[in-house]
Amino acid sequence: MTSLVLHSAREIVAYRTLLGNLVERDLKVRYKRSVLGILWTMLNPLLMMIVFSIVFSHVFRFTFEHFVVYFLAAYLLWNFVAQTTSWSTACLLGYAPLIRKVYVPKAIFVLATVLSGLVNLVVSLVPLAAIMIAVGHPLRPALLFLPVPILLAVMFAFGLSLLLAGICIEFNDIVQIYAAVQMAWMYLTPVIYPADAIPERFRWMIRVNPMYYLVEMFRTPIYSGSLPSVPISAAAVLSAVTMLVAGWWLFERRADRIAYLV
Amino acid sequence: MSVDDLVIDVRNASVRYRVPHERIPTFKEFAIRWLRGRIEWREFQALTDVTLGVRRGERVGIIGRNGAGKTTLLKVIARVLRPRTGAVRTHGRIVPLLELGAGFDPELSGRENILLNGSMLGHSRRYMQARIPAIVAFAGLEEFINAPLRTYSTGMVARLGFAIATDVEPDVLLLDEVLSVGDVVFQQKCMTRMAGFRAAGATFLFVSHSMGTVLELCERAIWIEAGRIRQDGPAPAVVAAFEAAMGMGVAAGASLAASGGG
Repeated sequence: MTSLVLHSAREIVAYRTLLGNLVERDLKVRYKRSVLGILWTMLNPLLMMIVFSIVFSHVFRFTFEHFVVYFLAAYLLWNFVAQTTSWSTACLLGYAPLIRKVYVPKAIFVLATVLSGLVNLVVSLVPLAAIMIAVGHPLRPALLFLPVPILLAVMFAFGLSLLLAGICIEFNDIVQIYAAVQMAWMYLTPVIYPADAIPERFRWMIRVNPMYYLVEMFRTPIYSGSLPSVPISAAAVLSAVTMLVAGWWLFERRADRIAYLV
Repeated sequence: MSVDDLVIDVRNASVRYRVPHERIPTFKEFAIRWLRGRIEWREFQALTDVTLGVRRGERVGIIGRNGAGKTTLLKVIARVLRPRTGAVRTHGRIVPLLELGAGFDPELSGRENILLNGSMLGHSRRYMQARIPAIVAFAGLEEFINAPLRTYSTGMVARLGFAIATDVEPDVLLLDEVLSVGDVVFQQKCMTRMAGFRAAGATFLFVSHSMGTVLELCERAIWIEAGRIRQDGPAPAVVAAFEAAMGMGVAAGASLAASGGG
């Protein structure tokens, strides 16, 4: 099991220039012909955040302070995982002409997709900081902890993306099924509401949801300005590692078939 | 000759494709058929028990009718397809040129595509940067190199692809019917470069329907018929046998079938 994954990891390292090029290409193709270029990357989440701030400060009223920061911190991480995993369902088909003609380790396409989503996540931290300053939410040293939950989210998203990419190459209606599942998943994850808003008898649904731990681990340093608790962090690490190894292994077991299927 | 001299060593390789219209493309359909107990595949045997050794410095032409399995054989050697049974071992840097322009991105410029394509062949960015002038000069694309690839003509894309693949003499070059594109001047340039490789003792495998080119560039030829090696030997003899069989027209079908196993 580990030998397949390690072999694939070594191949990706050997092809790291290609990985860099694929990420760069992804970003270029996405932003090249928009006038604002990279600024657009920031403008888009900023506009979205402004809409949410208005909605949350005037339409929905929650009892705690700076709800927009509370929500956005979770939403950015959720959105990273949601976007990269749904892009990944289609990414192998997008590279089909290449896969049919040149040998390239297949996992690299999925990783490139996840990493270009990571660039979006990191860039959108800038407008988040702008909003925090605008509403007067303190920026605390705990923010320096953010690379840890981000790394875990990358591991989790990469594992889940590999799993989905491998299935979708075989059955392309999984793409639509996953979109529906993702919608339900978002509402079952405390992104827009706090975890303790859920009645006790439904709490187990949160406890078995790996995204809950990842989201909390990311939100706590931003919103509360403190480090996440040890149980939350441990559960997040466990979720990320399990998803990464399982997804990668299942993908590699079938990777040889991909060139026949695309 | 010992096994160590082989740069390509294919043993008993067989490749089967699922016939496309028999593929079950959706999970829904798969589930329905599975419930009815009707999951069966029709498969097309593209290569059957092919054993082939190529020594360093050999230049091999692969001939045969359309659909005989020539391209599949190159894909197996290039690691694009892993055979269902049998083994493939290669030594050194194998550069496949299965389709000119495979792996190019139409949105990126010619220059960016050189870097992208080079990274697919495993070259570092710095190395490719240094090679750009020579590649552009060979392809004759100095004026267009910063324009997006979608503005190129088919011939220009082909020239760029050939220029990248053959920029450095690879250990083994795999060419699939790609010398017939481009104008006369560029074809002449390609032939000159191939002749240079030949003089330098490079190895290449080369699929062609042009018997003249095969005789000019190759000393050995392999005739593939219905997924099996029909004949393997000195180019003039194999080409003569192939041409004789094809020339017999309708009668050839019967005699081919009769001697198919040989």
